[in-house]
Amino acid sequence: MWKTILRRVLLMIPQLIVLSLLIFWLAKLMPGDPFTGLITPETDPHRIEELREMAGLNDPWYVQYWHWITGAVQGDFGDSYAFKDSVSSLIGDRALNTLWLSLFSVILLYLIAIPLGIYAGRYQGTWFDKGTVLYSFISYAIPTFVLGLLFLFFFGYKLDWFPTSGTVDVKYEAGTWDYFWNKVYHLILPGITFALLGTTTVIQYLRSEVIDSKTQDYVKTARSKGVPMKKIYSKHIFRNSLLPIAAFIGFTITGLLGGSIFIETIFGYPGMGQLFIQSLGQRDYSVITALVLLFGFLALLGSLISDIVMSIVDPRIRIDN
Amino acid sequence: MQQLEEKLITQDEGTPATGLKVVWREFKKDKLALASLIVLVGIIAVTFVWAFMINKEELMQISLYDEFAEPGTNGFILGADQGGSDVLGQLIIGARNSLTIAIAITVITGVLGVAIGLAAGYFGGIVDAIIMRVMDFYMTLPTLMIIIVFVTIIPKYNVVTFVLIMSAFLWIGTARLIRSKVLSEGNRDYVNASKTMGTGNFAIMFKGILPNISSLLIVELTLNFAGNVGIETGLSFLGFGLPPDVPSLGTLVGAASNPVVLENNWWVWFPASMLILILMLAINYVGQALRRAADSKQRLG
Repeated sequence: MWKTILRRVLLMIPQLIVLSLLIFWLAKLMPGDPFTGLITPETDPHRIEELREMAGLNDPWYVQYWHWITGAVQGDFGDSYAFKDSVSSLIGDRALNTLWLSLFSVILLYLIAIPLGIYAGRYQGTWFDKGTVLYSFISYAIPTFVLGLLFLFFFGYKLDWFPTSGTVDVKYEAGTWDYFWNKVYHLILPGITFALLGTTTVIQYLRSEVIDSKTQDYVKTARSKGVPMKKIYSKHIFRNSLLPIAAFIGFTITGLLGGSIFIETIFGYPGMGQLFIQSLGQRDYSVITALVLLFGFLALLGSLISDIVMSIVDPRIRIDN
Repeated sequence: MQQLEEKLITQDEGTPATGLKVVWREFKKDKLALASLIVLVGIIAVTFVWAFMINKEELMQISLYDEFAEPGTNGFILGADQGGSDVLGQLIIGARNSLTIAIAITVITGVLGVAIGLAAGYFGGIVDAIIMRVMDFYMTLPTLMIIIVFVTIIPKYNVVTFVLIMSAFLWIGTARLIRSKVLSEGNRDYVNASKTMGTGNFAIMFKGILPNISSLLIVELTLNFAGNVGIETGLSFLGFGLPPDVPSLGTLVGAASNPVVLENNWWVWFPASMLILILMLAINYVGQALRRAADSKQRLG
């Protein structure tokens, strides 16, 4: 067990190194350097050259890479020239917002998808099942930004049920219950959009899993022993179908991160995705580089978590020695 | 008894429906799939023909008098946008552009994916190992972000470079699918027979294996097409897709990033959103019907 996890973690190290090299190369392709923003007509070109020399921008690329990556590991990504702040503290605030949104969305996602998947499978062929299949098809086909805009337009502007941007209204004081509820209130609309879009995989998987397990031997055995059908569904089948779903959680996180670029931009939610788009608009390359590296790292982490959960749930896929 | 057996045999020998016939039967059985196909072909035909008749210069001319003209006024059936340009005309041109780009990306990634997947699955061993490592790494990349970064930093940015950037990241899925199918196909008797007879590797790959997995490939390409429409319009919506002089459906929807337009000038972004939605639903539904037709266990008809 531990051997498997250790092996999987070790496997991640070369992936991380290649990822960081790729992003470093991307960063080098970006025009300008941290001092471009300081140049005014009065700036002495020699002074800029001195600054560049001091910052090590004239060193060979592997030296520069080493400086950059050792800094990045310690959380030092340099400064953002647009926000006049260190990149890490800038991302820190936003990361927390994105974390809350992702957490809220994942909980909603499973609250919606698990009952739909289980009942659609249990009552296969009924109207409920057909409706669920249709719903999961539509939520699979509809692009994130279209659903986001439609929800924002109808529920945010036309019906005025939800706030249309931000994380919390300024009038509330941090630390109070009102503040907390207002935060949750701001999460609802983007959270629901996110959750609805992510349900497809879970519903389809659960549904086919439940349908398959109806004919499994363990279900027949339980039935012939006189266990009521209701209990077989709620205990036996439910547990067996749910375990693999747990393994999806890593990939769900990865998917949410990609979608956060759209969702946060549309709902004016100040998280990492919105920061990414803003920084691109301002050509704030140190922030862009740091964010791509962070998202890449989180995606790797997501697949690591999925693999580990999977190996705990299903002993067959553990890596053999 | 003998008669019955003979009857059974002759029934079995009635040539099984193949290719297009199976597909047609599936579509005839599933009316929604047929409707989707008609809608899809209709939209493609109408936009491509209509777009030819629109004068682009005239369309994009800025006329402040017509700023945000409401639908049905000043001769604008669907209203006008911020620059006073006809939304309907932009919708048609945008749809044509979005569809063309999506088709181009689908074809390029299809060719790349088939070539790489075939090579990995057929040759196996070290070739397969290397390709699989590369693909595993690709899979974990934050693809969307890297495409956006490339779009921002590339010096000569135009439609061709956009298509190439997208294609460079989107061939993985097809390649993986083809590889896994070729792996299982590669051990079949007909492949071994061809090898024994001295048929060249390329002939076996392209004349032997490829036709046998073509139905699967068609399904994959259809679903990729839908995905590419989604990704291109999404990127254009954010402002990192097609260059400004080539309007896309996403560009029209992008007008809604301005909250005032979103709330008050719905006619600018709503029709384009709906068209994207209809396209995505139709292509995906056709893709699913094709998938059922390709798998004899799932067929309805």
